Amino acid sequence: MHKFRQNLAHLYMLLFLVFLLAPLVVMSGAAFNDSKLPSVVPWRGFTTMWFSEMIRDERMMLAFANTLWVAAAVALLAVVVGTAAAIMVNSISGRLRTILYGMMISTILIPGVVIGISTMILWTKMGNAMGTEFFLFNPGLHLSVLGQVSYIAAMVMLLVLARLQSFDSGLEEAALDLGASHAQVMRRILLPHLYPAIAAGAAVAFFQSIENFNVTQFTRGGSDTLTVYVFSKVRSGITPTINALAFLLICVTLVLAVLYEINRRRRARIEAAREAEARRAEEAALL
Amino acid sequence: MSAGIDLENVCCDFGTFRAVDNANVSIRPGEFFSFLGPSGCGKTTILRMVSGFIEPTQGVIRIGGEDVRGKRPNQRPTALIFQNLALFPLMPIWENISFGLEVRGVDKATRRKKAEDLLQLVDLPGAADKMVSQLSGGQKQRVAIARALAVEPQVMLLDEPLSALDLKLRQHMRAELRAIQQRTGVTFIYITHDQGEALAMSDRVGVMSQGSIQQIADPREIYNNPVNGFVASFVGENNVFQGEVQHAAAGMASFTTPHGQFRARLGDLSGKIGKLYVRPEHTIITATPAAENSVPVTVSDISFEGSFIAVHATSDTGAHLTSELRNDGSATVPEKGVRVHMSFDPARAAILPDANVRG
Amino acid sequence: MQDLIRRYGPGLTLLMGLLVAFWLVMLVIVPNITLFEQSFRPYLPVVEVGGPKDTYSLNNYLKVFDGNVDRSFLGFEFSIPVHVLTFWLTIFYSMVVTFLCFLLAYPLAYYMAKIVNPRSLPTLILMLFIPLWVSEVLRAFAWWIILAFKGPLNALLLGLGLIEDPIRWTNMGYTGVVIGLIYTYVLFMLFPIYNAIQSLDTNQIEAAEDLGAPWWKIHWRIVLPHSKPGIASGSVMVFMLSAGSLLVPSILGSTTSQWFTQTIDQWFKDALDWNTASAYAFLLLLLCTVFVTIAMRLFRVKLSDIAK
Ligand SMILES: Nc1ncnc2c1ncn2[C@@H]1O[C@H](COP(=O)(O)OP(=O)(O)OP(=O)(O)O)[C@@H](O)[C@H]1O
Ligand SMILES: [Mg+2]
Repeated sequence: MHKFRQNLAHLYMLLFLVFLLAPLVVMSGAAFNDSKLPSVVPWRGFTTMWFSEMIRDERMMLAFANTLWVAAAVALLAVVVGTAAAIMVNSISGRLRTILYGMMISTILIPGVVIGISTMILWTKMGNAMGTEFFLFNPGLHLSVLGQVSYIAAMVMLLVLARLQSFDSGLEEAALDLGASHAQVMRRILLPHLYPAIAAGAAVAFFQSIENFNVTQFTRGGSDTLTVYVFSKVRSGITPTINALAFLLICVTLVLAVLYEINRRRRARIEAAREAEARRAEEAALL
Repeated sequence: MSAGIDLENVCCDFGTFRAVDNANVSIRPGEFFSFLGPSGCGKTTILRMVSGFIEPTQGVIRIGGEDVRGKRPNQRPTALIFQNLALFPLMPIWENISFGLEVRGVDKATRRKKAEDLLQLVDLPGAADKMVSQLSGGQKQRVAIARALAVEPQVMLLDEPLSALDLKLRQHMRAELRAIQQRTGVTFIYITHDQGEALAMSDRVGVMSQGSIQQIADPREIYNNPVNGFVASFVGENNVFQGEVQHAAAGMASFTTPHGQFRARLGDLSGKIGKLYVRPEHTIITATPAAENSVPVTVSDISFEGSFIAVHATSDTGAHLTSELRNDGSATVPEKGVRVHMSFDPARAAILPDANVRG
Repeated sequence: MQDLIRRYGPGLTLLMGLLVAFWLVMLVIVPNITLFEQSFRPYLPVVEVGGPKDTYSLNNYLKVFDGNVDRSFLGFEFSIPVHVLTFWLTIFYSMVVTFLCFLLAYPLAYYMAKIVNPRSLPTLILMLFIPLWVSEVLRAFAWWIILAFKGPLNALLLGLGLIEDPIRWTNMGYTGVVIGLIYTYVLFMLFPIYNAIQSLDTNQIEAAEDLGAPWWKIHWRIVLPHSKPGIASGSVMVFMLSAGSLLVPSILGSTTSQWFTQTIDQWFKDALDWNTASAYAFLLLLLCTVFVTIAMRLFRVKLSDIAK
């Protein structure tokens, strides 16, 4: 009976993985189907033509480039702001902490539509009020960046804060005691400890930004990002060039994920070896 | 290259709680000075005030004669060794050791050289390129000391540095620390709640209780002539008798207890009630009553402790008393259940007040 | 605050303070206040903004009640304003999505935390993460392909002989939307529950088994109560994301499935009436706040628990 339930569980996991991954397979498969409509059925033969078509689709390539720079800008800003916020929240206490932390977290829960519209209204109204044509106050992807940062920074903040929890503030004091300035403590002691979380935060911010539709849709003005472009294409007739791009993105993601995992295992191995050495030294000292 | 430290009427409050109360101590240059006291008595607080992480609420701290109020930790000639060592886990050992030089802008080659010299000094050659997690507890200890020595401090402050180690290693490191201190000549302020550690290593010891310093003296004095009951019982074992002082003269007094009249040295009671303290190893056990200070007891248990034998006995009033006999064959060990007499030399017993604390 | 200055010095503290202030004030508080303020103003041509007609009123909010449609539910005939209907259907189907996500995710979360061989867990998690890294629009698009009338799903079902004729998936009310939302957001339910169950001491389960409790009772009395905070945060996340989603309803919706965010989008993009769009957006924000508050009361969790 127990065995049966166990097998049922394995089966369930398998089905779940199929449910999650099959759509991606279908989408990738459609990139190689020689059919004008993106689909895997009916199969009209293998082709790589959609990849060359994709390169020639200038609007799409532009949207892709836009997506990348928006994501990079969001990652940069969100990491700077989110890290500062995490360090701040970590070393204050009491009411102020509760309020600040609550406000930061609630940004994750604000619907993207609301963020998009409010960001758009604020900056354009501000431009109108000042009577300026300065680009910052016009609709455009830079407003998308600001809108996206407003909640992605909170995600970075949470990641960095979790990492800060494992930080021994005694290290800061030790460094100060040895004569380091506050800036040196930050650069040599605190930030190196946070780098893994900051890197993870940057990755999350980058992908969250690529993923974002709601905020971008309301703030972008006339520019496209990939998400917006695909969205408009699904409505107005789509070709498998999108699938070709999707396939490439999935491949990049996979490669990154595998590299990450390999690196993680390597580190774990090194750490285990070090601890074993420490144990041996301990035993040797006791003899 | 070492400095003396003076605390003058130093107090430290956390809110309404007074962690350190009116501390006065003058530590000489090159001295190995220990603060000894139970957990939470304010030892770490004193150390953090000297190193500059907290400011005293009242009073003056002088290092090398100079008032250091308002000076930040990195402006004081002190180096602190933290209770948990606080080694930087992401830097190799040599960078850890030379960190204090790095932040002062010393070039890399000089730093590396200095780190290797210091590793030699603390008897850990060849560890320069290892990571912190590769070292055993004792080795980390040495690295922490080397790191503190690298900035050539005039005063080293050590906060229970051995508490995380195994017993055997701890005893080994005691001698090691003492040797390093003597090699470098730097003033050491050492904090511990382990009396054995404090007595074995220090030139002088300050015993603390609940924020106030009870006694400052060399280890022998602390053990043989404690000023009050707290010091007597925190540093070593005692047989304690309650009673009343009768005739006091020439530093001696008679003391009336339920067990009879005793004679003992009279400590500074300052009007407070006193108790009589006598160490187990200062008592003797005889078959017949001694001339004075003798209590009839029944032996309840014998425990063999290696270098000595502890005789546990109960008096007629039900008090538990202990006597320690050296295991050198000089004394006869009584049988369990036998009635004997326990006595002690008046010069080896003292009438002392309770601890010297507020309230 | 003193602690902050003591640890990092006045300069760095000021810098961090400014960064945080920029975020919370310029990117969050002021925009939302502006949105709120604008939602009470009428939509006017630019020249009339600030003129005599530019007065505060509730008119934008009252537009929700315009234009009734007739509906029947459980035999009751009633007429209801079309935007109110959209609003309720959005909430209703978001709840359906949340509940289905929970049903799907709970067994797998338990499996990951307690059954699977810990050595293969990182690989499993990595595989689960892949769809999360692929952008939302592409995930919705994948389902658009799958659910197409001549798409692979119908082909598969026809091939297996499970159906006689192909089904118009994307023309069955909210079916497409619900499937798409589940696929897109189920992982936001899975990981919080997994984290919660993982912190449950396996000995507790074994002790219960040892005492003879049947498997369902173990779940009902031990595992479920323990994973409550995870369920709460997962539910809040999935509900908020679903109710706020614009992409999935737009791509996978049918002619009869209107989502509240789509209505907002139409006010903003098609009617160019930003003020009414603000009013509607504010209603959505209000709804979400109310939902989160109720969920937190119900499950007795704090906001800080929700952020895993
Ligand atoms: N920052 C602080 N705020 C409030 N109270 C404190 C603070 N630091 C220490 N205390 C209190 O002051 C008292 C003395 O603390 P201290 O750390 O000096 O003790 P200690 O003698 O070093 O003890 P231990 O042997 O446990 O390290 C303790 O009761 C402690 O609770
Ligand atoms: Mg301490």
